[in-house]
Amino acid sequence: MKIKVNGQDYEITVEPGRTLLDILRYELRLTGTKEGCGTGSCGSCTVLLDGEAVNSCLVFAIEVEGKEITTIEGLSQQGKLHPLQQAFIDEGAVQCGFCTPGVILTAKAFLDSNPHPTELEIRQAIAGNLCRCTGYDKIVRAIMSATNS
Amino acid sequence: MTSIRSIDRFEYRAPGSLDETLDILKTSGTDAKVLAGGTDLILQMKQGLIRPSLVVDVKKVPELNRLEWDEVGGLHVGAVVPLNKLATFPAILERYNILAQACSVIGSAQVRNRGTMAGNICNAAPSADSAPALLCLGAGAVVASSNGARSIDLNDFFVAPGETAIGDGELMVEIEVPTPPPHSAGCYIRHTTREEMDIAVVGVASFLTLSPQDKTLKEARIALGAVAPTPVRAHGAEAFLTGKSVTPDIIEEVAEKAAAEANPISDLRGSAEYRRELVRVLVRRTLRESCSELGLIE
Ligand SMILES: Cc1cc2nc3c(=O)[nH]c(=O)nc-3n(C[C@H](O)[C@H](O)[C@H](O)COP(=O)(O)OP(=O)(O)OC[C@H]3O[C@@H](n4cnc5c(N)ncnc54)[C@H](O)[C@@H]3O)c2cc1C
Ligand code: FES
Ligand code: FES
Repeated sequence: MKIKVNGQDYEITVEPGRTLLDILRYELRLTGTKEGCGTGSCGSCTVLLDGEAVNSCLVFAIEVEGKEITTIEGLSQQGKLHPLQQAFIDEGAVQCGFCTPGVILTAKAFLDSNPHPTELEIRQAIAGNLCRCTGYDKIVRAIMSATNS
Repeated sequence: MTSIRSIDRFEYRAPGSLDETLDILKTSGTDAKVLAGGTDLILQMKQGLIRPSLVVDVKKVPELNRLEWDEVGGLHVGAVVPLNKLATFPAILERYNILAQACSVIGSAQVRNRGTMAGNICNAAPSADSAPALLCLGAGAVVASSNGARSIDLNDFFVAPGETAIGDGELMVEIEVPTPPPHSAGCYIRHTTREEMDIAVVGVASFLTLSPQDKTLKEARIALGAVAPTPVRAHGAEAFLTGKSVTPDIIEEVAEKAAAEANPISDLRGSAEYRRELVRVLVRRTLRESCSELGLIE
């Protein structure tokens, strides 16, 4: 099958039962996408599928034939971090970092559709992303500050 | 936490037309599964609860991607339209408030970007959030097989947990929802232990239609989720309310009757008594909200 990840075309052979998460990590070696729960509950495996946030642990790779995937590795441009990535660093919104790729991609899809959200809207938008470390306040602040930059 | 295992081998098909899909379903064994958003199906496969030999991904079938509304024909929600599209569809926002409420509480943004309303009701969990709202709105499910199409009234759709009236070789094409009558209002409220990302302990939808002349209720519908083996209507409470003019005492009595009609179980999320009490509280709240929208109470 053909799959486009971060603007690059790949041709791979996959078993129908393998998830998109599995293919990204173990075939394409894009290990920024994390597996937390494997059940759609934690959001650490979030990637963008044609621009929308999805849990890659609940998508079969074969379903995304011909579609465009963006992972955390695809956000920076010419070596420059995406404003959201920079904001997470500046606000100290990263501790262990396990949830971070998923949160940032969820936030990116959300801000693309709603560039000037309220704090409550941000909190609702990232409800599907669990973070064990930060207590969310710094994450919300980082997303807020990225809307201003 | 349920244990996750690797998925057994299966054949994957992604037909591009309705005819081709129905042909595949006609000749496939009973362990073939239809795949929409996969947020229930893939999880159940990972958990080893089901092991289909064939998975038919129907997202490319044009008829199943339909999302349309007109006054006479009502709302048509194709079986693969993701939930996130429903919560922003103008006709749903303007006329089917109760449905928008129900769809927007399902899972997370990630789940709603994949999951569908058809998948929600075909999976037939007693707690399926779209079910009470659809029952109140008088929805029907259009299903097709190689022998033709039929419409199933949602009141006859849910058979048991995980079991529906869809037969072997049948595919759900769309959900039809009639346009709500004038002077009607409804509301869906669920109780969860966490604010987001949790399955309903109890979900209640109420939907009222007013006779504007004498301010009595021409029709009252109340549907309950997670308090019986399937989503159910509270027919006794509905009958009691129909024809009455609403007072706080009547709302109280209706809530009491609905609680008595519920047949909940005790599980991790709550005891039977707790659920019954929640039915009372949520019926009262949904009725108050609908009545205030109709200008009947403050
Ligand atoms: C983290 C998480 C949170 C969730 N939270 C909620 C919640 O709050 N409330 C809630 O109600 N649900 C919740 N769910 C369950 C699920 O997301 C919903 O039920 C969703 O609407 C299912 O839709 P789907 O398209 O993903 O279905 P699928 O998984 O694709 O299918 C579900 C079932 O329906 C069958 N099916 C699908 N389409 C058809 C068709 N056209 N014809 C015949 N059969 C068909 C499939 O074979 C399968 O058995 C949650 C799930 C997850 C993973
Ligand atoms: S690993 Fe996919 S949601 Fe947790
Ligand atoms: S930073 Fe550790 S889980 Fe979020």
